Amino acid sequence: MNFLSLFVLIPVLMLGGLFLSGTMKQIRTICATGASLLLLLAVTLTVMYLGDRHAGHTAEMLYTASAVWYTPLNIHYSVGVDGISVAMLLLSSIIVFTGIFTSWKMEVFPKEYFLWFCLLSIGVFGFFISTDLFTMFMLYEIALIPMYLLIGVWGTGKKEYAAMKLTLMLMGGSALLLIGILGIYYSSGGNTMNILEIARLSIPVALQRWFFPLTFIGFGVLGALFPFHTWSPDGHASAPTAVSMLHAGVLMKLGGYGCFRVAICLMPEAAKELSWIFILLTGISVIYGAYSAIVQTDLKYINAYSSVSHCGLVLFAILMLNQTAITGAVMQMLSHGLMTALFFALIGMIYGRTHTRDIREMGGLMKVIPFLGVCYVIAGLASLGLPGLSGFVAEMTVFVGSFQEADLFHRIMTIVACTSIVITAVYILRVVGKLLYGSIVDSHHLELTDAVWYERFAVIVLILAIAGIGLAPLWISDMIRESLGSINLNF
Amino acid sequence: MEYTLLILLLPMLTFLLLGLFGMKLRPAIAGGIGTLSLALTTLLAYTTAGYYFSSPRIGGVLPKLLPINFEWLRFTDALHIDLGILLDPISVMMLVVITTVSLMVHIYSLGYMKGERGFQRYYAFLSLFTFSMLGLVVAPNIFQMYIFWELVGVSSYLLIGFYYTRPAAIAASKKAFIVTRFADLGFLLGILLLSYFTETFSFEALTSGNSAVFSAAAGVTFLGASVMSWALALIFIGGAGKSAMFPLHIWLPDAMEGPTPVSALIHAATMVVAGVFLVARLFPLYVLAAPEVLVGIGYVGAFTSLYAAIVACVQTDIKRVLAFSTISQIGFMMVALGVSGIGGHEGLGYMASMFHLFTHAMFKALLFLGAGAIIHTIGSNEMSRMGGLRKYMPYTHITFLVACLAIAGIPPLSGFFSKDEILAATFAFAPQMGVFMSFTAGLTAFYMFRLYYNIFWGIPAKFEHTPHEAPKTMIIPLMILALITLFAGFIPFGHFVSSNGQPYTIHLDRTVAICSVAIALIAISIATFFYKSSCDIPDRLVNMYPRLHRAACHRFYIDEFYLFITKRIIFRCISHPIAWFDRHVIDGTLNGIASMTQRFSYAIRGFQSGQIQQYAFVFLLGTLLIVLLMVLI
Repeated sequence: MNFLSLFVLIPVLMLGGLFLSGTMKQIRTICATGASLLLLLAVTLTVMYLGDRHAGHTAEMLYTASAVWYTPLNIHYSVGVDGISVAMLLLSSIIVFTGIFTSWKMEVFPKEYFLWFCLLSIGVFGFFISTDLFTMFMLYEIALIPMYLLIGVWGTGKKEYAAMKLTLMLMGGSALLLIGILGIYYSSGGNTMNILEIARLSIPVALQRWFFPLTFIGFGVLGALFPFHTWSPDGHASAPTAVSMLHAGVLMKLGGYGCFRVAICLMPEAAKELSWIFILLTGISVIYGAYSAIVQTDLKYINAYSSVSHCGLVLFAILMLNQTAITGAVMQMLSHGLMTALFFALIGMIYGRTHTRDIREMGGLMKVIPFLGVCYVIAGLASLGLPGLSGFVAEMTVFVGSFQEADLFHRIMTIVACTSIVITAVYILRVVGKLLYGSIVDSHHLELTDAVWYERFAVIVLILAIAGIGLAPLWISDMIRESLGSINLNF
Repeated sequence: MEYTLLILLLPMLTFLLLGLFGMKLRPAIAGGIGTLSLALTTLLAYTTAGYYFSSPRIGGVLPKLLPINFEWLRFTDALHIDLGILLDPISVMMLVVITTVSLMVHIYSLGYMKGERGFQRYYAFLSLFTFSMLGLVVAPNIFQMYIFWELVGVSSYLLIGFYYTRPAAIAASKKAFIVTRFADLGFLLGILLLSYFTETFSFEALTSGNSAVFSAAAGVTFLGASVMSWALALIFIGGAGKSAMFPLHIWLPDAMEGPTPVSALIHAATMVVAGVFLVARLFPLYVLAAPEVLVGIGYVGAFTSLYAAIVACVQTDIKRVLAFSTISQIGFMMVALGVSGIGGHEGLGYMASMFHLFTHAMFKALLFLGAGAIIHTIGSNEMSRMGGLRKYMPYTHITFLVACLAIAGIPPLSGFFSKDEILAATFAFAPQMGVFMSFTAGLTAFYMFRLYYNIFWGIPAKFEHTPHEAPKTMIIPLMILALITLFAGFIPFGHFVSSNGQPYTIHLDRTVAICSVAIALIAISIATFFYKSSCDIPDRLVNMYPRLHRAACHRFYIDEFYLFITKRIIFRCISHPIAWFDRHVIDGTLNGIASMTQRFSYAIRGFQSGQIQQYAFVFLLGTLLIVLLMVLI
């Protein structure tokens, strides 16, 4: 058996273990062990991958394996990774790991909660290791469905509405996606679902023009593509902490990853032809999300709109169709995933103490909860692109990459996207100023206690990852860049 | 020269140490660690300077050394960010300036910040700032400079907002960060544009004086200006933001909400001159590729210096006066660069600008630290609460006077030499410019002595408790800086730093020197007459020109204009409508689709009633209908 399958097997085993477990202690042990194993596995994979690349393995994907499971359509369970998937697996394992620790004190139906959580992880990890279109799609759906229950049951506020909205919109995207995938399968004419093989075949351009927008929008809905992003603010606001983390941190990356892997790589001609429409839309996302975030008062809404802006930048960079910009896009996925998970974790922790997320009802929290306060500032600085943290390297790679496209349209859109760094600073500093500085507005907040060990642990792991990428970005950016080189972007 | 890495590492490690574990240390120990580490850094910087300036010259030019350089991030095959250390005359000179002032501020703060909540945090931030600023000046490529440029911005933000429970401090820190961020957008776009055409970030390649580096940009124009002009003008916007050039100066006066030693270090001596340093760093490129932008920089500098000098004449908060004075003096440095050329006498402006940067850093830090000592004992920034302090604070008084004389340009203090060179350079450029700048220099002398007399002479205010001289930790830095201010003018500066690297001997232009000293003396006499003892002329003048006075007090309403833009335009007219649009139009459409689906379902759900009779009835009706149709057709 290929060792990549461990990424799916471990969550499956966790699922089984949880099913049999009874006490909170058992649940925690299973989750913590499983998540640690996943993290360890991802780190090992990264090291191995870098080593093998260094040793001169030049195949597009390493550690490939394949087993057919539905012969009529030639659907395989096929796996394999390149630098981009390795980066995404690393991200997912960090988020799952820290997500488990932030939900350490889950009291309502803990067993069921973690069961769904594991199912979601199966989908996420499976998606990133798959190289078979249909299997990818299936795992994508597996990742989406638990979200409905996790928000609907364990959420807060208008949770039923939010869960329904999120699921329906994403399912709408999936419907388009399914058509797109079947279209690719039939029009490529190779009787194969394997994306590596399809990439070698050529789909007639006339058909690409149909299937490219379908797949791009299909995945784009999950990547918060304007105007299909409105599930994000409501969904995130209602979701429980760890689910928000996982959703914004990893699930939204499924969108970006899919857009690149399926829409762009398989249909490059149409991508080149139609990219301008989507550049326009994603350019709007970047600015629009940032401006919307300025006037929000709910911490989660602010962060959700900020995610629209940052994820917009991911799709924007992918559409630039050059190596540097796409490297930047993947780095931005990684960076945004870690950053936003950190944000949502902190917001959850603050909400757990103050029982409000409205920044007008809070103030001066730095004095009472300094640890969470300082971490919030660090998250904010990462978000506004402070050098030394991951946001900076990602954004700069995106900007430099986008700037290589010299025609006026690309130039203008790039400059417009660049202005987001100023607007981001405005809304981040506004929140930090209101929430943490100044004097305490609610006297109940004087008795707040600072983070406890599992909260600290989760937050510190995330910050270390953010700082790690921000301080030493070369290895990871080279890993992604080289993979892009071998994909042979024939634009 | 690898040990130069320690110059950067020491402050960074100190920051990490104090930042992570500072709260567990006693304040005195944390302050001690910070100061000691910086003293070591200073020592290293001096060693480097000594070694560097005595190293053998190649063709009369000091070599450019690159002791450390490694790749940090790769964009394309040609474009990659390297991190490294570049030693050349201006970066080594800046190392000396930064470490000296920073060390003085570290020592001074031991006394000034004593007993403050967050003392450890303060020292951590000071180390972070020093690290970032040192990284900025030694940057061998423009992207490293941008990286540290952002880092100094953040350290400045953190230090301005040090008293984070004070609303004014929060607002000021936010303002400083956002205004400079806006300017940095220009810087970033400039870098992108420049690097796209030159395919390099390296200063070495950009400033080699070889026009081949930007040959790709030849003939590319946009809106009538060459693309190199655009790039360099955009980069200058970044510099103008950090160096508080009009109209991006609005953050600096507010930044005075930070602790006073911070104002001395960041907002007087080091960070605010980063813009000047940036232009100086790219100077050969400006001269070669965009001389018209350089002239523009000169005009911006000239206007800013006059504007700030006028505003400084009417401010009543002593730190605000000093802040506007700083803006005005940086304007002088910019003018000097703007009027300069390269080589020999042509390059006088460049040398003068760097010289003034050096002397200004010392005497302005001295002024701020002196002001800090006064604020420390009085507990207020307002001039009206002071007066007659010379008796209570003799050391502060003397050192403050030295700095005032230096900034006014009285020989033989250091400010005289550097300012005189600037004036000579402007006269050589255009006599009108020279006259303009001389007038501003006169105003400088006037408002500085207005400040001086109002603090130390004039009518003693009623003090809540008798003012006392500052503790030793604060006095010693004042004295050291005063000594430097007294004698720095005799440094053969042109020997070390000049536009083309060739040693340049400073000749005093006698006419310019005599004129400028005369103007300064006249201005000082007027100030003496007005403010030494009570005199009603200032009030009469105010009554004569009430409009002008009010406008100057309000800094000519520039802040109000920005407030209008941000509050009214960005918040009211952009953000709110967008947020509304998102919730009501886009989300509304989606909800509309959902409810339409629902309504449609309700409408057709009668079809699936589950009643056999209804089904049978419809079935029969349908059959009949078909039969009828078949019969009819």
